[in-house]
Amino acid sequence: MRESNSNSNSGRVTWEGCSVLLDINDGDRLVFARLSPAAKLKIGNKNCSLQPLIGRAFGTVFQVDNAPEGPCLSPAQVNVNNAEEIGDGQGSHELRDKVNVNNVEEVRDGEVNVESRDNRALVDNNTAQSLTGEDIEAMRRQGARGNEIIEALIANSATFEKKTSFSQEKYRLKKQKKYAPKVLMRRPVARSICEAYFKKYPSKIGFLRVDTLSLLLSMANVSSSSDILVVDTVGGLLTGAVAERLGGTGFVCNSYFGQAPYSMDIVRIFNLSDEICKRILRSPISDLLLPKESSEQILQHDVCNVESQSNDETSASVSMVEISHTSENGISDIGTENTEPALEVRKAPKAGERAQKEVIDLWKENGFSSLIVAAPELDTWTLVKDLLPLLANSAPFAIYHQYLQPLATCMHNLQLGKMAIGLQISEPWLREYQVLPSRTHPCMQMSAFGGYILSGTKICSTANSIAPTE
Amino acid sequence: MDLNTDKMLASDPARKFSFNRTISNGDLVIVYERHDNMKAVTVSEGSVLQNRFGVFKHSEWLGKPFGSKIFSNKGGFVYLLAPTPELWTLVLSHRTQILYIADISFVVMYLEIVPGCLVLESGTGSGSLTTSLARAVAPTGHVYTFDFHEQRAGSARDDFERTGLSSLVTVGVRDIQGEGFPDEFTGSADAVFLDLPQPWLAIPSAAKMLKQDGTLCSFSPCIEQVQRSCEVLQISFTDIRTFEVLLRTYEVREEKLESTQRNGDGSNDSLPCKRRQCSDGGNVIRSPISSVMARPCGEARGHTGYLTFARLRCLI
Ligand SMILES: C[S@@+](CC[C@H](N)C(=O)[O-])C[C@H]1O[C@@H](n2cnc3c(N)ncnc32)[C@H](O)[C@@H]1O
Repeated sequence: MRESNSNSNSGRVTWEGCSVLLDINDGDRLVFARLSPAAKLKIGNKNCSLQPLIGRAFGTVFQVDNAPEGPCLSPAQVNVNNAEEIGDGQGSHELRDKVNVNNVEEVRDGEVNVESRDNRALVDNNTAQSLTGEDIEAMRRQGARGNEIIEALIANSATFEKKTSFSQEKYRLKKQKKYAPKVLMRRPVARSICEAYFKKYPSKIGFLRVDTLSLLLSMANVSSSSDILVVDTVGGLLTGAVAERLGGTGFVCNSYFGQAPYSMDIVRIFNLSDEICKRILRSPISDLLLPKESSEQILQHDVCNVESQSNDETSASVSMVEISHTSENGISDIGTENTEPALEVRKAPKAGERAQKEVIDLWKENGFSSLIVAAPELDTWTLVKDLLPLLANSAPFAIYHQYLQPLATCMHNLQLGKMAIGLQISEPWLREYQVLPSRTHPCMQMSAFGGYILSGTKICSTANSIAPTE
Repeated sequence: MDLNTDKMLASDPARKFSFNRTISNGDLVIVYERHDNMKAVTVSEGSVLQNRFGVFKHSEWLGKPFGSKIFSNKGGFVYLLAPTPELWTLVLSHRTQILYIADISFVVMYLEIVPGCLVLESGTGSGSLTTSLARAVAPTGHVYTFDFHEQRAGSARDDFERTGLSSLVTVGVRDIQGEGFPDEFTGSADAVFLDLPQPWLAIPSAAKMLKQDGTLCSFSPCIEQVQRSCEVLQISFTDIRTFEVLLRTYEVREEKLESTQRNGDGSNDSLPCKRRQCSDGGNVIRSPISSVMARPCGEARGHTGYLTFARLRCLI
């Protein structure tokens, strides 16, 4: 069992207490779950234990099998044709080559791509399938696997042979989703977490698209040993993504206005090591803005506050969390629901401790290496005007917003105040393509909007440069 | 090279971005004239920088903080910035076509590169992407980048020395399409990046180098290259996805717009700046309304290349 690794990346095999992203039927359903022997997930009408997922490689595809004790998840054969040859040769290159040889043929076949059939003779009258629901249930009871059911459905379909190979493929896929659902176990990292939320629950992350998030991280030069000041009202996605990039060096300072920190739920979904979690600190912006001397009293005064905060959900030692969602009507929603822990599995690492005076003083003395803001609810200009002086000279910053105007106003004021240079508002545009022999084209659906970013570099404040009021 | 100089990444925590970090002899600085006019300069006490704004003496830069505005003999000015991979991409010498920020950022995120990763790249080209890969794997990972063009590899090596990334990047001279990546990396790469004319020739080797569930990206300007690559990727990869990512930039201006509202009717005159104008005079004067407006810049990069990502299929 691999316990929390010092390097999150070495975690390519799951362990008990590990967080995973379960991708059911190619993104139809996306579920974040924490693995434990007691954790269960409902797939279709079956309740499956997640125990078989422990100790498996990320990237493994599972299928639902009917075991005598009930439905059970087991690793699916990579490729039906090659299943026998593969055996348990994990990562064996010889075997991989064998697979290659077989598939090369398939690719060539595909290349020919001569379609002799078309759908002129197809009549869709719902009588094409001679297997009934009862027949299928009976097969199930006799222990038929999903793939066998699909083959039976095809064999009993009057129209399958007449379909074009393209529609045959579609038919097979539709049946597979229903009778042999596939569960792909993905690593929960910034990319997959952002994509999952963007697809299923974008409002929770302020509609921050993955390419936009990636730009924020590079425009703010997030690199090892830096101290990144963050304002994150996007559920902790930004904080987690920055921490992942810091890899246990430097600090992410998750700052907030007022008394209550913003939610950081999403941080727990990342498999961040303890070393990395320790680098995520929280601080009220008022503490950061206090002159160095007076901060002492305030922080002491707040000690009890710190105590009570360590009880909040993020820093509490959550024993088991299953972040799941319901998928009624095919519309899935990633929500947070704390299932009652059946077993104390493992203490989830602490993230988001209140920043202590010593580290705050250090930040005040040296300045932060950069600033990232993803806080659509807060007024951009007043926020930036307050926070920019906390940055070291020549430090870059990147501000995200769903609307253009607040960034335009902020940029204009920064220019007038001569507070920053290299100012630019950019809007990323991302298009995905379907690439298939003779059928390559942009995907029919695309996200038309990923938000705006204002980026720039803070310059030394000269004594006479005055920021515009307002 | 002087070991005591400021470089792109903070391997020594005391040398990172700081209010107190000042420019010293041997430092790499980015001289900023305008957002579209920057230059990399290595500070050397006796040298001068000459541009359309006049002559700037390096000796006058010493001891100044990064981010300072400095003046020439003629009163012109520039800013001296600390180098970052983003700035470096804008100033490096183009020995080849290079990747820019939008593609670079997406590649690093989508390849899931984090500190400690081992990354293979080919070709190195001008090292624009390599610089960001190095930042992403620091401080414990490593980038092995290969180009078959000996001189280009050499220049890239010099650049990584100059930007202080030498300890994170190794440049090899090798024909990756012909010979594949070196066998010593078999099964050990977290991610592989290809920017080659015929990437499909290198894909089987890339598959061999990757850890299970490891990620691959191939950048190609032409769709025909993508088509061929995808066919080969099917063999041992899954989750094959092709993207195009571009940036649209905006200009922001404060403009005075003339109000067309009839004066004197007073009914729906709610614009604050107009009110101010008329507060002392009894009569309403028609005055321009000032507002900050944004619009997309007229020119933009319309295409860079297609990014095809894939994940090494897990054999159970
Ligand atoms: C477009 S450039 C790469 C630019 C790079 N991505 C950057 O951002 O600076 C392509 C490089 O691939 C190299 N190249 C072409 N064929 C190669 C081969 N067979 N093996 C290794 N390198 C090759 C070329 O010499 C060239 O420098």
